[in-house]
Amino acid sequence: MTEAVSGTDVRAILDARGYRTALEWIARRAEAFVIPLAALVAGMLLFSLFIAMVGKSPVQLYETMWRGGFGSWFSIQNSLSRGAPLLLAALCVALPARLGLVVIGGEGAIVLGGVAAAAIGVALNGAPSFLVILLMGVGGVAAGGIWIGAVGALRHYRAVNETISSLLMAYIAIALMNHLVEGPLRDPASLNKPSTQPLADIYRVGNIPGMEVHWGLVVGILACVLSWLLIEKTRWGFAARIAGGNVRAAQVQGLAVGPLIVGFTALAGGFAGLAGMLEVAAVQGSANGSLAAGYGYTGILVAFLARHNPLAIIPVAFLLGGIDASGGLIQRRMDLPDATVLVLQGMLFIVILFSETFYGRFKLFNPDLWQRPDSLKGTV
Amino acid sequence: MEAIDIGLWGVPLAMLGGAIRVSTPFIFVSLGEAITESSGRINLGLEGTLVFGAMSAYAVAVMTGSPWLGLLAAAVAGLCFGLFHGWICKFPKVNDIAIGIALMLFGTGLAFFFGKPFIQPSAPDLPAIPFGAWSDIPQVQAALNVNVLFLIGAALAAFLWWAFRNTRIGLIVRVVGDSADAARAMGLDPNTVRLLATGVGGALAGIGGAYLSLYYPGSWTERISSGQGLMAVALVIFARWNPLGCFAAALLFGGAGALGPALQSVGVTQGYYLFYAAPYILTLVIMIATSSPSRTLAGAPGELSITK
Repeated sequence: MTEAVSGTDVRAILDARGYRTALEWIARRAEAFVIPLAALVAGMLLFSLFIAMVGKSPVQLYETMWRGGFGSWFSIQNSLSRGAPLLLAALCVALPARLGLVVIGGEGAIVLGGVAAAAIGVALNGAPSFLVILLMGVGGVAAGGIWIGAVGALRHYRAVNETISSLLMAYIAIALMNHLVEGPLRDPASLNKPSTQPLADIYRVGNIPGMEVHWGLVVGILACVLSWLLIEKTRWGFAARIAGGNVRAAQVQGLAVGPLIVGFTALAGGFAGLAGMLEVAAVQGSANGSLAAGYGYTGILVAFLARHNPLAIIPVAFLLGGIDASGGLIQRRMDLPDATVLVLQGMLFIVILFSETFYGRFKLFNPDLWQRPDSLKGTV
Repeated sequence: MEAIDIGLWGVPLAMLGGAIRVSTPFIFVSLGEAITESSGRINLGLEGTLVFGAMSAYAVAVMTGSPWLGLLAAAVAGLCFGLFHGWICKFPKVNDIAIGIALMLFGTGLAFFFGKPFIQPSAPDLPAIPFGAWSDIPQVQAALNVNVLFLIGAALAAFLWWAFRNTRIGLIVRVVGDSADAARAMGLDPNTVRLLATGVGGALAGIGGAYLSLYYPGSWTERISSGQGLMAVALVIFARWNPLGCFAAALLFGGAGALGPALQSVGVTQGYYLFYAAPYILTLVIMIATSSPSRTLAGAPGELSITK
């Protein structure tokens, strides 16, 4: 770039560049919306095919799903209630994913967070309610945080694969919950369904005024926003993104990768533990087997669908909550097994992961491929 | 058969019998995963394959009256799941671990979907050989009642151990697993080799599932597998991708899984659920003990993403 350019030329070049950068920005952002959306549609079409093959009407299915999940104020509130724990469960996957870790055992943190909260709530019976609820939250966060933080620590300091260890620990957590709920913490009055003693009413987390949705929704949305700020706007988030890109490079830069990994995984587990606490304090009223309801596994799907972006988790959790909520109606109206929703989720998950292969491939979304001579293609 | 009180001797005996009974699915899934991982790809979806194999085996056995046709159906279903995993993972930027998780959910969902009508009816069992017939003690007889699939699994482990070292196919799989570049230089197509290795791995996992529903515990329920498919993946790492090691490790895991029921059979019921967690804890402890942050695992296929 040594040849002389006149002033007007420079302005023309700058204008053109400015125009192009704006367009490039839009193009790159558009990719992040269009591809997941297209994948979602493709997944639903595939599922229509499946439903048609088992001899039911896909149109009726989606109509029922819409009515059960989003068709009325009642069903929207239902979807929001189901989505609330998914927000926190998805963060348990999305935060470690920023460091390049695939943690899939959030269910364990949810279960233990719930048990810890129930134990605290029963033990402190009689204390002021705000204090007890606060301590239940702290207990839930601590239990979940220790559980998933241990997965992160094992990953960094012992090179134990986090995907397998987190899932094994989820099974251990569920066994531990069963042991505690059937044994030491069991309420003798719970006959058919072993539970801990019920929380006193003043320790229950109530509904948002004017809605049939508990405060967990607000907590979940706040957690997502805070996580987004943490990742995008703080130096820890920046460091995490570097470490997620290349651990070796991060270490060379002098970043304390170990504490970063343990901190992020512990925070992720803390969110899942909080989801368990809210399940106990707002929904169940005691810790019991219903804590292992599969929110941890649906959370994996939510996080991947949102491409591990905490803000994108909010709408996706609502969508998946709606699909979950419509499951019962589909079962009753269309005489389909309750696993129908699971099949849909599995299909969506596969298609979403498959769509990863299309990023950067379409000329429309990839400014690097714009207006390039054919001779230069493939040189980058 | 009336039970004779043999006191605490019942615990090791029940554990031995339990180890033989419980280990068979581990043997098949881990041998399948050993083949897949040796080719450089990991399939975490085998948990879903196991559950779907269990369901399809049971369904076909109920409908045809033949457990062997059920076994075949499970193997074919597993093959399809494996081939699908192998096919989808060949695309660039598609993560094999994440696809495995997705297939785990999908396989489980599909099995529950189609398995609903088969929870009630009962299917014919796979046959067992009574090696304990020499003894008068019913507990010994029960412990040594060995299913044919266990014997097939043991033979398969020895065969695979031999084949990985001594056959052309075994060498091809290992070369592809260690370096895709080297394989390409030899004129091999890594994607095809991995596709087939994942397919065979899936078929074996399906057979493991068939054992669950057709022999032990011997019925189809939605709780039939609680992570066996996934533990088998960890077991392969512990066994260092050696088929004979997989067999030994499967026996160990089977023994751990049998601890809770064995103790319960002699009247120890305290902390039943904690004993139930024994195989998971054992797996985790073994993974912690055998992993190392400073070196790659001995014997690990160079292309495997999970050990990097």
